[in-house]
Amino acid sequence: MGLLARLLLRNLLRHRLRTLLTGLGIVIAVLAFGLLRSLVDAFHAGADAASATRLITRNAVSLTVGLPITHRDRIRQIPGVTRVGMARWFGGVYVDGRRFFPQFAIDPANYLSLYPEYELSAEHYAAFLRDRNCAIVGRQLAVRFGWSLGDTIPLKGTFYPGEWRFRLCGVFRGATPVADEGQMFLHFSLLNERLRQEDHPRKDQVGVYVVGIEDASRAASIAMLIDSQFRNSRAETLTETERAFHLSFLEMASTIMLVIEGVSWIVLLVVLIVMANALAMTVRERRSEYATLKALGFGPRHLVALIAGESLLLATTAGALGCLLLLPVAARVGLAVQDFLPLLTVHPQTLLQGMLAAIGVGCVAVIWPIWYVLRVPVTAALRSSD
Amino acid sequence: MAARLAGKTMSEAAEPEMPTHALNAGKPAAPMVRLSAVSKSYWRGGEQLTVLNNLSLEVAAGDFIALMGPSGSGKSTLLNLVAGIDRADTGQVEVAGVDLATLDEGALADWRAANVGFIFQFYNLLPVLNAIENVELPLLLTGLHADARRTRARQVLGLVGLADRLDHRPGELSGGQQQRVAIARAVVADPRLIVADEPTGDLDRAAGADVLALLGRLNEGLGTTILMVTHDQHAARAARRVLTLDKGVLVDSAGG
Repeated sequence: MGLLARLLLRNLLRHRLRTLLTGLGIVIAVLAFGLLRSLVDAFHAGADAASATRLITRNAVSLTVGLPITHRDRIRQIPGVTRVGMARWFGGVYVDGRRFFPQFAIDPANYLSLYPEYELSAEHYAAFLRDRNCAIVGRQLAVRFGWSLGDTIPLKGTFYPGEWRFRLCGVFRGATPVADEGQMFLHFSLLNERLRQEDHPRKDQVGVYVVGIEDASRAASIAMLIDSQFRNSRAETLTETERAFHLSFLEMASTIMLVIEGVSWIVLLVVLIVMANALAMTVRERRSEYATLKALGFGPRHLVALIAGESLLLATTAGALGCLLLLPVAARVGLAVQDFLPLLTVHPQTLLQGMLAAIGVGCVAVIWPIWYVLRVPVTAALRSSD
Repeated sequence: MAARLAGKTMSEAAEPEMPTHALNAGKPAAPMVRLSAVSKSYWRGGEQLTVLNNLSLEVAAGDFIALMGPSGSGKSTLLNLVAGIDRADTGQVEVAGVDLATLDEGALADWRAANVGFIFQFYNLLPVLNAIENVELPLLLTGLHADARRTRARQVLGLVGLADRLDHRPGELSGGQQQRVAIARAVVADPRLIVADEPTGDLDRAAGADVLALLGRLNEGLGTTILMVTHDQHAARAARRVLTLDKGVLVDSAGG
């Protein structure tokens, strides 16, 4: 190791407590930054997972108002539409109601063919189709509750009163990291049949239609065609891309996410100030040493390398540690919030952002100290040591 | 220094056989330092203080000058101007044939590295580096390989009598030893001029005498020009010439 590198390293370890506390500040900031970014990413996961060749058609009045089941055939006849799936929010309560997970009543053949990212074995798929009392769940959900094939899953109806019991016939895996494995699917036909029997006002109603299209570039025109089909009807539709549909949900929480994003940057700003202050104290204490180096002939290049090197070494080391800790911490937080944010994972770009943020803090925090050291005349700095 | 030491051993350089002040006595030498009508003032509390006033001076190569005078007389300022760490308001400061006003900050730093060795009153060693590393520092600015730098630093520390203190940090050395490390650092890159600001000011009499003897040997053995600021008459006697400043002007010049 070169002499200047040794000098840099020993300077860094000179006030160990200060270095430790400053480093700890960066670790915590990167951790908080990464967690908050991952939370925002988890909110956006649905939109990120959206397919460009899927449209969502819902009631133009509100998502809470259903659409007639008869719309399906008319939508299917529109040129460019390949397949139409149905989904209805079931909203059952499992056991004590404190362990939430989403359940959708679907028409399995159409719906699952529109979502190839939910990988279901042929055997499980056949079993699901065979028996309308069957349900399938995502792998994460099965692990969470320790369910095995054949288990009975009791749900207490909320929108659709009564006790419901489903047999677990299949477990699907997400083909992509953002595919939600925390859902449960059951048969729409079973639900609708029971609603018919009870002459329930929501019988023959669909929550949303998932519309598969041939060409993603025609999404807008097909959406307009679908909506024009039902204009001035009793159930006008609003069709949009799946991504737009998810984003419309996010809009409702946009202020919260804005605050979360803002806080993530404020955390970095705070640690930037803390680090800049620590570095400023350090260079003030060592100003006669830097002046001595200047007197000996060391130019700005060397001084900048010494000061910035110290800052960057601390920032990158602490940043890397923060990123390493982020993975297990996010996993624990993910478990705690999986009811509402099943896709809380740390993306590689979040780790990269965390590292870059730490390096950025290291770079920015050192600007003033470097300026100070370069600006102070050698004679003045040497006098201060007398 | 290695270049100039090449023809002699370290012990020969450290313990020259030449009589005191014999080297340049009576010889006309090209001036190492030439100050022409130099003035320098500072602003303190809204008031302009003239520290050097139209001062002219020549110091021959190989000379050993003691600069004396009361506090505020301009000794240290003169030293700083000659060393290239401060600039004159007016006049010309020429050292080793170079008009320092013509050099920008970067060039001035390079010039200092090549031509000037510094000895400070409070040693100004880097506390996190040990003795040999402190001495090696100026050699980083030369093209020397790491092994050669280390060898040279070890040799020079031997020259100042600290061969057994190479790995000691400044905090583990006495004041006299620290000043000897500082002297080793000042001479290791073989400068043509050494500036010493109160080199014995923080030392007891015995340690101060050691340091002065060392400077004398360096001056006589290697012909290094030394400019030393001191308040101490005893220290001044080690020099060949004593220049006295008062209120920024040269008031006396006498043989040491």
